[in-house]
Amino acid sequence: MSAVGTGQESLAAILHIGSKEKNMTAFPAFNGSDTYVADPGLLASVNAAMRLERPLLVKGEPGTGKTLLASAIAESLGMPLVTWHVKSTSKAVDGLYTYDVVQRLNDSRFGDGSVSDIGAYIKMGPVGRAFEGDERCVLLIDEIDKGDIEFPNDLLRELDEMAFDVPETNQTIRAKHRPVILITSNAEKDLPDAFLRRCVFHFIAFPTPEILLKIVQVHHPDVEEELLQAALKRFYRIRGQAKLRKKPSTSEFLDWLTVLAGAGVSPDAIASAFPFAGVLLKQEEDLLRVQGSA
Amino acid sequence: MFEPLLYHLRGQGVSVGLQEWLAFQRGLKAGLAGSVKELFWLGRCLLVHSETQFDQYAAAFEGAMEGAEVPLELVRELEDYLNNPLAWDESRQEGQHDYQRLLDLMADFQKTLEEQEKRHQGGNRWVGTGGTSPYGAGGRANQGIALGRRPGRRSGIRLPEGMDWGLYRTDRRLELRDYKLALKALRKLEKQGQEMLSIDASIAKTAKNGGEIDLVFERERTNKVRLVLFLDVGGSMDPHARTVTKFFTAAKEMRTFKSLEIWHFHNCVYSKLSPENDHWNSTPTNEVIANLRSNHRVIFVGDAAMAPWELFSHYVPSAPNGLDWLKKIQRKAPASVWLNPDPEQHWKHPTVDAIASVFPMLPLTLDGLREAVRTLRRGAE
Repeated sequence: MSAVGTGQESLAAILHIGSKEKNMTAFPAFNGSDTYVADPGLLASVNAAMRLERPLLVKGEPGTGKTLLASAIAESLGMPLVTWHVKSTSKAVDGLYTYDVVQRLNDSRFGDGSVSDIGAYIKMGPVGRAFEGDERCVLLIDEIDKGDIEFPNDLLRELDEMAFDVPETNQTIRAKHRPVILITSNAEKDLPDAFLRRCVFHFIAFPTPEILLKIVQVHHPDVEEELLQAALKRFYRIRGQAKLRKKPSTSEFLDWLTVLAGAGVSPDAIASAFPFAGVLLKQEEDLLRVQGSA
Repeated sequence: MFEPLLYHLRGQGVSVGLQEWLAFQRGLKAGLAGSVKELFWLGRCLLVHSETQFDQYAAAFEGAMEGAEVPLELVRELEDYLNNPLAWDESRQEGQHDYQRLLDLMADFQKTLEEQEKRHQGGNRWVGTGGTSPYGAGGRANQGIALGRRPGRRSGIRLPEGMDWGLYRTDRRLELRDYKLALKALRKLEKQGQEMLSIDASIAKTAKNGGEIDLVFERERTNKVRLVLFLDVGGSMDPHARTVTKFFTAAKEMRTFKSLEIWHFHNCVYSKLSPENDHWNSTPTNEVIANLRSNHRVIFVGDAAMAPWELFSHYVPSAPNGLDWLKKIQRKAPASVWLNPDPEQHWKHPTVDAIASVFPMLPLTLDGLREAVRTLRRGAE
């Protein structure tokens, strides 16, 4: 698909609708997995992204399972997973390929082989590997907002055209199979509009008690019902406190439950005291606040 | 299909681009919206790019679906469904789920919507209002289209999620990013820190040496700019709170400055300044000034409008007045500007003029900020 922007290209997109549909039906649908509980809205977004061949941008509070989603999709559809963790120092080109010029310089001086083959010194990054792979894979670009403010813009063309150039070897790397692209963001920075327009967007809200219950049943099927209910109640009460600096997340709740079950805490104790509060609340200020009000 | 949704979204202040709308149409054609629920989700994941707009989207979706008139045969189908919803669900489970039929339903729905407007003008009553229709809505259906209004509910459509997205709504424009991009230009790169192998320089030097390797090490370049912001928190600044907050958030989220200090003052700078978020404490202004170095860039944010005595009179004879303090800061940190959130036509005021003679004064807008950054860069050279 070419970059849509001018009227002409958009028209092309319209005309392509019919021919594309046939390929689309070949796509399997994602229905969640044994270890990942997804609400129907999320499933709809994932399937829309796969069908429309657009990257899926997932936003949400930390600990709501954004990154896990990628492995769940990969697992349930039987695709390999390629992950790219974006850091504040990451550049877009790092994800495509790196040219190990130092090695080549070294080899030219001290090595014995020929260094005329530049290709031998080109190493594919995560995006490059996903494009070159022999089967369709899931490409996770994790925490894209950690990168530089221009970072997402630098990837626009690559994600649109599913191809990039390696000027050093005069090659174009084109995706053999269009990967399923998942991008996560913690909303630390606003993402550029041009980038957002090309994505399917989903926001993972904090789970409701019912969904959290389902998630717990997946991870801790043997926790006592009474203990679970008491813990859930306590947990949502703590989250409801407006002034917390960092609200505890799903993953912290699961940890807390493990500790509670492991220590054999009784359901009554959870209601009256607040055992192992440090597992849920990481900020000292929050701890003091909650314990003060309990 | 579904153009009303587009216009309702625009009405809610959510602008949808052509690219997104076409993707939505492709999604419809690909059969991704087999039910009202799925239609809701499909539209949301493609047309909206931020959870802050989910609430507006829900309202627009409701609006677009409202008052839909449905042809008789569809009504029968819906009736069948309502009488025995399980039968429908079973057929779905067997994989006979027929997107095409639902697409027809949507198409008919759209057509009748258009027709209905014409007939409505002609004086006909809408089918489904007035309580004569047994399936008049309430949105109990999880498939098909709701049929109008029921008293006590906002509309016939039941939205798929009980979530209150209103909590996420901020109506915040995405100008934060623009501010950041403007501030990004405020830098003075200097070589500092650890020595690193410079590949380009090494290659160039090696080539000049006729292939004899010569490694060049250079030090990393870091931004030396230290930014100091002074903010007027006086009462007349309250109307500008949102703009000012946005600017300060942008400055704080930029991690490129060597340091960032924020000081608050009331009306004008006097002998004491309070740190941000801590108005109970204060630091002597002299101390703050003493710490200013040549690589400090100073930005004042304030409306500069105050009673003249607040700027010109001496609380204690022989002690500096407000204007003297400002001059003192300007002398120590010549690279300084004043950003004024008031529109420029309101700047005709004696104290504004006096302050503008000390600092270059610019409006707190994107253009103003860009100009301020240019001024600060010039001032430092």
